[in-house]
Amino acid sequence: MERHDTVEHDILVIGAGGAGLRAAIEAAERGLSVGIVCKSLLGKAHTIMAEGGIAAAMGNVDPDDSWETHFKDTMKSGKFINNWRMAEIFAKEAPDRVYELEEWGGLFDRTPDGRIMQRPFGAHTYRRLCHVGDRTGLELIRTLQDKVLHTGAEVYMETTITRLLKDGERVVGALGYVRETGRFVHFKAPAVIMATGGWGRIYKVTSNSWEGTGDGVILAYEAGAELVDMEMVQFHPTGMVWPPGVRGILVTEGVRGEGGILKNSRGERYMERYDPEKMELSSRDVVARANYTEVEQGRGSEHGGVYLDITHLGPEKIKKKLPTMYEQFLKLADVDITREPMEVYPTIHYTMGGVRVEAETGATTVPGLFAAGEVAGGLHGANRLGGNSLSDLLVFGRRAGIGASEYVKANGYSLEVDEDQIRQEKERVLRPFENPEGGESPYAIQSELQEIMQEHASIMRTEESLREGLEKVRALKERAPGVRIEGSRMYNPGWHTALDIHFMLQVSEIILMSALERREQRGAQWRLDHEGLDEELGKVNFVARKGSDGEVEITTREIEPMPEHLSRLFEED
Amino acid sequence: MESSQHRGASPETQKTVRINIYRGDAEGGEFVEYDVPLVEGMVVLDAVLYVQAHISPDLAVRWNCKAAHCGSCGGEVNGRPKLLCKTRVDDYEGEEIRVSPMRAFPLIKDLVTDVSWNYEVARSIPEFKPAEKAPFTMYEEDVERLYEPKRCIECFLCQDVCHVLRSHHKHPAFAGPRFFAKIQSLEMHPMDTGHRTEYLKEGRGGIGFCNITKCCTEVCPEHINITDNSIIPLKERVVGDYYDPAKWLMRKIRGRRNGE
Repeated sequence: MERHDTVEHDILVIGAGGAGLRAAIEAAERGLSVGIVCKSLLGKAHTIMAEGGIAAAMGNVDPDDSWETHFKDTMKSGKFINNWRMAEIFAKEAPDRVYELEEWGGLFDRTPDGRIMQRPFGAHTYRRLCHVGDRTGLELIRTLQDKVLHTGAEVYMETTITRLLKDGERVVGALGYVRETGRFVHFKAPAVIMATGGWGRIYKVTSNSWEGTGDGVILAYEAGAELVDMEMVQFHPTGMVWPPGVRGILVTEGVRGEGGILKNSRGERYMERYDPEKMELSSRDVVARANYTEVEQGRGSEHGGVYLDITHLGPEKIKKKLPTMYEQFLKLADVDITREPMEVYPTIHYTMGGVRVEAETGATTVPGLFAAGEVAGGLHGANRLGGNSLSDLLVFGRRAGIGASEYVKANGYSLEVDEDQIRQEKERVLRPFENPEGGESPYAIQSELQEIMQEHASIMRTEESLREGLEKVRALKERAPGVRIEGSRMYNPGWHTALDIHFMLQVSEIILMSALERREQRGAQWRLDHEGLDEELGKVNFVARKGSDGEVEITTREIEPMPEHLSRLFEED
Repeated sequence: MESSQHRGASPETQKTVRINIYRGDAEGGEFVEYDVPLVEGMVVLDAVLYVQAHISPDLAVRWNCKAAHCGSCGGEVNGRPKLLCKTRVDDYEGEEIRVSPMRAFPLIKDLVTDVSWNYEVARSIPEFKPAEKAPFTMYEEDVERLYEPKRCIECFLCQDVCHVLRSHHKHPAFAGPRFFAKIQSLEMHPMDTGHRTEYLKEGRGGIGFCNITKCCTEVCPEHINITDNSIIPLKERVVGDYYDPAKWLMRKIRGRRNGE
């Protein structure tokens, strides 16, 4: 059999974005041996693309802010299918997590009285986003990265996990390979924390990097974990439109937070028609649909977007508060945003659904497997508020780190696995090299999938179109194992892509199936063949799991009623 | 720019662009010519990814954000360190385009080099040591000079261009411009109580090797003035700590107290 290296840790963290790093720090500081695996170099995770800020009810600018208001904003925006216990913990703990970053060297813009500055953002009642210009995610990653490098945690960069390994019902490690050499590694660990982020790459127009292929959510699914709210995919209202090479790249909500105005080709400030109260700072689902509708109805810009104008802020303030946007448009699109409006259009940005976890510990439904950050579902419900992701990563990254540490300390399970699991997986991973010549290119399958999802699981959905998309994805799933790879195993992106598409296709099938079940208009799930919210569907989450026949099984799960101390908060309105 | 409506489909022209990409590994390699459809506004990374998707799927290149935020796609275009995602093809009209890996690091394959040395350096720098518990009271004027070094996206182009590394291979004894910017952001943080001048002078920092040729500043895609705002102030700090008799004594006492 093909040989492999073996390493052993108390905790294996998969993913080195904000959640993974925060979890690793927590576990390492508790004295556990931690291994962190990531597909890219350390410090390049998608967290970097979070620009606008981190939401935490500290009340530095608006003293009336409180965890209760942040909780309510989060639940309302998620259309009440959120896990309310997660939202409560989140709103209460976010400020401490931000201060902790500050204590680790993270820097934020300041208020005149020397505290952390907070900016307004879509559907947050108060000015709540701590930020450093429009580079908040970079600051967060760099701070955590430095912290991790000064713990004893081991980082396995450019390493891909392809399968979780189980001993009976328990996850006890994972099999992966080093991208540089193609060599297999068996990671033995009594607890695994999944922190792999989202799967925006299944769409054609996306703000996500190549990494967002849904590995983590499908690794968990294949290990038996339950997934929740998979139909909920966030379109960010403002991605770049032109030139073609940058289509989908994020334009931070911070532009609107700083006063940016949306206009159509007639010069109308059309948000007046969609949300006259909150205008540009309405929730993302609302603004994304507005932008989409303006273009659909023929009021779009030159290259098929809408206009986002921040020129009134003046060059000095733009360069101070939005330096990255200024540089990005100037260099990549020949647009000087201090003098002319940007063209923007919705882009896939975030996935609200994910692995179902216990709010307190991040434990999934599979013993030994924990999840945190974007790969986990529940906190954001049907729509995520801008700025809530960065605080999510820190709050639940830390909690998963604690949860996994306590699990490891309380248990003394064997880490041995049936060698057959490993052998079969190696065979699967190497198959693209063995397939007969003339097999399809993995890039062709990937790009076909992206077209399908863009068309059929889009910002507006119908039963007919979803069904058609599902058929196409299933047909593609049949073709995928036949892809053929040339070259060696050494740093071979074609091979890497051949393995990515396995995850991408499976997550796409689950999204389409879940979207077929939720027959209503709720947050990011907008069914044109069903008018408005369905009260009954507001009481359930759709849960996906791998059935005993190996096929996707979708069931409903009732949402427990909120306890009195939380439900009371909404009565006061 | 074209004036018609374009949605979904890219308005590709019939024109192509020729791009020479270095293919090879530690054993050796050569430039290979590829013709790629020219798309308006395209960057070198677009061309490289086109080759990967349509011509040579095993072409190795690093990238992530495609928006010059992550610093993954550092390489060299016509011998100059560049972020491939930020380098426009139309900047080279009438010129040959040769894309190659960074030269200051060992080659893995094609455009991918082994940059792990940078992470070892990062680990060796004495970490942020706060004077007090957060929340901090710090005013804008106290922190405004920190924003500049903190813009760093760790593309390592400054490391690549630095002759101390590129030509003299002082990797074991020199931290390089990226980490001088990092150390500046730590040293000038109002709440930091850490000490790094010993690291810079006697430790792995090796700041004395830098003779201020400003190459790092010139290639920085984030326009960080590494030489003037990071390296020179740190050199001054080293001089202050080492050659001012009172500070010299303090350093000795402090060093002993820390058991160094």
